[in-house]
Amino acid sequence: MFDIFLDDAPALVVVLPLLISAIIAFMPSKIWPWIISIITLLLHLFLSLHLLKEISVSGLIIYEFGNWEPPWGISFKIDGVNIGLQLLFSIFVLVSTFYSRKIFLNEIDYRDSGKAYSLWLLAVGSLNGIILTNDIFNLFVFLEISALASISLIALGAGQNRKALLAAFNYLIIGAIGATFYVIGVGFAYAMTGTLNMNDLVIQLAQYSDGQLAIFAGMSFMLIGLMVKAAIFPVHIWLPPAYSYAPSAVSTLLAALATKTILYFFVRLLYEVFIIYPSYLSLFLDFVLYPLSLLAIFIGTVIAIYQDDIKKLLAFSSIAQIGYITLAFSLKDHSGVASGFVHIFNHALIKGGLFMAVGYFAILYKDRVTLNSLKGFGYKYPITSFALLICGLSLIGLPLTNGFISKLYLFQALYTNQMYFSIALVAVSSALAVVYFWKIVEQMWFSEIKFKSEKEDAYIYLPIWIVTISIIVFGIYSTPIIEFSNLSADYLISGYQN
Amino acid sequence: MSNSFLIILGINTPLFAALFSYVCRYNNNLRDSFGIIGGLITFVISLKIFHGIQNNELYQITFFTLFDGVDFAFKVSALGSIFSLVASSLWILASIYTIGYMRGAGEKNQTRFVIFYSIAIHAALAIAWSGNLLVLFIFYEILTFSTFPLVGHKQNAESQSAGRLYLSILVGTSLIFFLPAIFWIWLKTGTLDFQDGGILMNKFPAEYLSFLIAMLVFGIGKAAIMPIHRWLPAAMVAPTPVSALLHAVAVVKAGVFSFLVVVVYIVGPDFLLQTKSSDWLVWLACFTIMASSIIAITKDDLKARLAYSTISQLSYIILGAALASSLALKGASFHIITHALGKITLFFCAGAIYVTAHIKKVSDLKGMGYKLPLIFFAYTLGALSIIGVPPFIGSWSKFYLIMGSIEREFIIVAIILGISSLLNIYYLLQPVVIGFTQNSKKEIKLIKAPLTVWPPLITGLGCLVFFFYANYFLNNISGVIVN
Repeated sequence: MFDIFLDDAPALVVVLPLLISAIIAFMPSKIWPWIISIITLLLHLFLSLHLLKEISVSGLIIYEFGNWEPPWGISFKIDGVNIGLQLLFSIFVLVSTFYSRKIFLNEIDYRDSGKAYSLWLLAVGSLNGIILTNDIFNLFVFLEISALASISLIALGAGQNRKALLAAFNYLIIGAIGATFYVIGVGFAYAMTGTLNMNDLVIQLAQYSDGQLAIFAGMSFMLIGLMVKAAIFPVHIWLPPAYSYAPSAVSTLLAALATKTILYFFVRLLYEVFIIYPSYLSLFLDFVLYPLSLLAIFIGTVIAIYQDDIKKLLAFSSIAQIGYITLAFSLKDHSGVASGFVHIFNHALIKGGLFMAVGYFAILYKDRVTLNSLKGFGYKYPITSFALLICGLSLIGLPLTNGFISKLYLFQALYTNQMYFSIALVAVSSALAVVYFWKIVEQMWFSEIKFKSEKEDAYIYLPIWIVTISIIVFGIYSTPIIEFSNLSADYLISGYQN
Repeated sequence: MSNSFLIILGINTPLFAALFSYVCRYNNNLRDSFGIIGGLITFVISLKIFHGIQNNELYQITFFTLFDGVDFAFKVSALGSIFSLVASSLWILASIYTIGYMRGAGEKNQTRFVIFYSIAIHAALAIAWSGNLLVLFIFYEILTFSTFPLVGHKQNAESQSAGRLYLSILVGTSLIFFLPAIFWIWLKTGTLDFQDGGILMNKFPAEYLSFLIAMLVFGIGKAAIMPIHRWLPAAMVAPTPVSALLHAVAVVKAGVFSFLVVVVYIVGPDFLLQTKSSDWLVWLACFTIMASSIIAITKDDLKARLAYSTISQLSYIILGAALASSLALKGASFHIITHALGKITLFFCAGAIYVTAHIKKVSDLKGMGYKLPLIFFAYTLGALSIIGVPPFIGSWSKFYLIMGSIEREFIIVAIILGISSLLNIYYLLQPVVIGFTQNSKKEIKLIKAPLTVWPPLITGLGCLVFFFYANYFLNNISGVIVN
């Protein structure tokens, strides 16, 4: 009986959350929306695992909606590039949903619970769509759904701090500009080629082998639109306020996954489609993405040092970390792309863990978490604090944590490309990361105020520790992440070398 | 007991000591006794391993693979066996001393202190026995983080800013220079294992070797070569047991030990001698020796003076490593032992004077020699050893270093070493002279703290006695250098 569903697994991982979200939107209960979400996401995980099994047999799944063959119908594509991300997505969403319950209960009115989880599932479904879709216009649709869902989720933070409304509005405007750029680019591409399907687009673009201005303009529009959405420096300005004023559970979801999925699509567009114009691609990578990544790394880190608000600090650190990822992607070879994927995985876990811990602190402190307010938290809430410490050490990139593995492969990639300046810059900024992280640790453990330890909520610290332990496990046993990343890079780079 | 089990037990004993100290935190005597017991156990194990190394036994254990070609593994080298022996033996005395000092000075948070103290020893032992450069790096960082609470122990503004400086310099340099250097070595050779004769020969471009050496010597900030030395005087705000065991023995020695290990087992002395890529470092080390000696003279605070003396003495070891000839390396390795023994004596005495008489400054010591004869006696022994007067153990390492510089035909270096000894005499013996010659008029109330007196006496006499047993250590050291 299940077989019928399993055949449609690629569609279901996206459609199921979207459908359920409509059902729970008006549920007045404070617990049922959560329970239903958890069940949905367990199913989601099951379907993702099923997809992994299928992929390991066949290597490629093209799912055609309504059996409309591409290039006419919409299709999803699952291959070695995105299956790893799909799994990470599925698992992390489940963990953060588990974490979100007590956090939501504290931060938003319980009557909004149904709406919150409805939006939550909407965001989950659409972000998942970004991972799977094989159609550039369909991607726009998912981008918009996810943006609207996240904007509403961010705005839910207004109960805590009115600035959340402003942050959401900012995101709405800037996100809309980004989406407009993207869709204009799609328009150009469609006008020239008459297709929206990515595989078909490659074939159609090939006829303009010497390139045409309209196509280059279209490509540039698409890339800039995606850069806004992925918060690549200097079009990142919507991100810090959005992450820091959103309800804590929401920041966790967004920081860990939202930009990562868009970055994934970004790199896929670069290396799967735009690859047929190598001169354009290397122009973009060498003279736009590469310098911007370096600036992001450096400036993001430096700004983070001067932040007093912890969530903002983490958000600026995210800007820098996105810089690491795009730096790796700008390297145009296997090692670079693979190390970019490694960091996508690892940073999702690290930043997710950090936001979870800080989110819990926000609830315990009942106000915005600033450096000052963390005084003595190391003694007061040892379990969560210790998790925060490990996540932070991983962010810095100390050995035995997965952050180190990221740095290692990034260094290796930079080295094989002989980019010694970037190596120096990455080394300096990871040392600067110590500065901002250590300001937190110092407040937590070495301030003069001391407290007796208080009880912590297992429903909240268990998910935090699941993430933290996975950080250590993947720091010691990094093979799965490395293999998924190498697989992704194999698929993408094989196109480049042909 | 199998060899690999010995390693596990040795490394983890300090951790257990920390754990038991925490469990017994309400019973002060029991809590503090675990430091001594742990010290005894690790000492016996270190001694056994030390002898085992002499008999060419193999001590190694591999836990798991971290990434291609790099395992999480421990393997005791000849150099490591020396360092662990020094650290563990002095830990016993330092634990006894700690009891006397912390209670005498009435410090707060003694449990936290004891726990992090043990963790620091754990990290130092793991550094000594690490099987490759990455494992060494991991414990190098753990050592930094575990000593941070000790430096900032007093939790006032001064100690907090000192702690911040300490951490930012040590972690910063290690992340900017040391870790990239490790990556570089790994990318070139595909391994980070310590091997006799080094792993870089024929694999690493000789023209970049001096650059790599620079990254290493500045990245290993614990070696405190100028201009990366500021953290060490800053760290002196810590209670004296920390200055004594950690900032004269475990931490700084971990720094120079790491650099020696890199020279001997990663770069390889032959490769260095061929390319002469470390000759520039000889001059930097000489500069550090002279400059910090001169700064030491100007310091009136006894602990600050000793800190600058430590910086100068650490550069002796860097100098020996940079010369890379067999005699110089012998001297450098041996200097780890001799300086540890001498400098811990001096710090023990400085702390004992502080606890009993609350004196921190050299100029306030007038007439104290008559009141605290035992402490001053021990201090003199330690000072003479560091100056390098026979028959004190310190004379051996200095002798080998001078021989080494002559072997490499750096005559000026030999002269600088001589001048530095003269400066040592001035700034190390001045407190003794002040203590014995000038009578002070004001009465000073003395607090009795016998536990702070005996440890320096033992180490001071050790400086004298081990002069005659130098061969016992030199046997192992000769195994280090296969030229």
